[in-house]
Amino acid sequence: MATASIATAGVGTSEQYNYDIIRKFAIMTFIWGAIGMFVGVYIASELAYPFLNFDNPYITFGRLRPVHTSGVIFGFGGSALFATSYYVVQRTCQARLFGGEGLANFTFWGWQAAVALSALGYMFGYTQAREYAEMTWPVDLLILFVWVAYLAIYVGTLLKRKQPHIYVANWFYLAFILATALLHIFNNLQVPVKLFSLESYSLFSGTQDAMTQWWYGHNAVGFFLTAAFLGMMYYFVPKQAGRPVYSYRLSILHFWAIIFLYMWAGAHHLHWTALPDWTGTLAATFSIMLLLPSWGGMINGIMTLSGAWDKLRTDPVIRFLIVALSFYGMSTFEGPMMSLKDVNALSHYTDWTIGHVHSGALGWVAMITFGSMYHLVPRVWNTQMYSVRLINVHFWLATIGVLLYITAMWISGIMQGLMWRAFDDFGNLQYSFVESVAAAHPFYVMRAVGGAFFLAGMILMCYNMYKTIRQGSTEAHAGLNVAAA
Amino acid sequence: MEWLLWFTRFENTKPLSLVIFFLVFCGILFYVFGSKKRGEKLESYKNIPLQDDEI
Repeated sequence: MATASIATAGVGTSEQYNYDIIRKFAIMTFIWGAIGMFVGVYIASELAYPFLNFDNPYITFGRLRPVHTSGVIFGFGGSALFATSYYVVQRTCQARLFGGEGLANFTFWGWQAAVALSALGYMFGYTQAREYAEMTWPVDLLILFVWVAYLAIYVGTLLKRKQPHIYVANWFYLAFILATALLHIFNNLQVPVKLFSLESYSLFSGTQDAMTQWWYGHNAVGFFLTAAFLGMMYYFVPKQAGRPVYSYRLSILHFWAIIFLYMWAGAHHLHWTALPDWTGTLAATFSIMLLLPSWGGMINGIMTLSGAWDKLRTDPVIRFLIVALSFYGMSTFEGPMMSLKDVNALSHYTDWTIGHVHSGALGWVAMITFGSMYHLVPRVWNTQMYSVRLINVHFWLATIGVLLYITAMWISGIMQGLMWRAFDDFGNLQYSFVESVAAAHPFYVMRAVGGAFFLAGMILMCYNMYKTIRQGSTEAHAGLNVAAA
Repeated sequence: MEWLLWFTRFENTKPLSLVIFFLVFCGILFYVFGSKKRGEKLESYKNIPLQDDEI
């Protein structure tokens, strides 16, 4: 090993692993995080104060909303997943990325172009109008090529591994890559209006189209925002805690149960619609069953700290990771509950759904990403974090922000559900729709404030990372290898 | 080949797939927890992330 390090030291590709691609994706994680969350806070403020539309069609809620969702899910979350998966697969397989710098760089530039083109397209009014898949068909094709390259890199690296066993984090990442490919292809089967038009029509129609869309939508949550980030959790929680995961056997069971169950749950998004009733019942049943593996995984992650709980007091990075797991547990309890038809009758189409999504997206996805990035960045830049104190401040800003956000949406959502179903003594609806909008206003303000807290934390992280990267070095790793030799 | 038509009916394939998935899950459960020796081997893999700094 030492010999190999000497032989390759001192040149651009001197490292045992390809860290250059990880650095690129890490930087874009912070940039997209700041942009996506800023747009989120802005559109939340538009809902509270509509004058912020400024009669400008490019920045109305309808156009900026997919900029926000794509920015945070695919820009921030996607870049974080590329960065961490490339880091984890190389280190746990003890192998450099398959395909060389060229293929890895193609995934970077292709992915960034896809997210940027999508965001600009939405602002100019080009959308496929499929939730979380609004990209127009040429961007869909670009994503397809990037994804095939990503799969080739990942599988190629696994195949040339020096470690005989494939660590469980890689199973989750690979499931995410495979499932996302499947979802992306079938949800985006579109017929372009003409060759040089960005407009297209779905291959499906009516209920089938809705079913396809929510099969995609729910599994995007299940595999992109859950399975992949669980892969992150299974590597970075043990690393940061300095102790192995609580039970490896439980992690295997967690993996297979999640994989079996998630694909069936999408139809719970279409309760009380034209979708056949049995489909919704099946989806609700699988959603309830999902609670078991989800909590099994959460307990497995949290119990990794067993015997070292004091780290929660002393290490803000561990705090991010463990609080993320707590939010994971909370939102995976809330999700199955909301999939029950009776609960869904109250919650659907209300802000409760938005609150649920954000307890998962901010509490789980973003927090586990923050924790993992605070672990990863100093290591790939061969330095220490610029300020641990700022990490601590970030943690509290993020936690307070999420709590404000989800509390506001719970109150607003349940209130909306109750107002919409209230009847007077004569059997007429007690409230008009606009009365429910007016009643929700204070909670929209509260939500925007919560989002602003979370955004402030993200900006603080960008500053901390900028200073850390400035003091770090991309060359030291090679130097260390030479010294070790 | 008429027996293949049996698979075209949802009332047949739904319980069949349920049985298949359930048996596969039981198989995984048995594989993971059925043998103490195998269990110890599986548990040893949890140290992989902690060993990568030494390499």
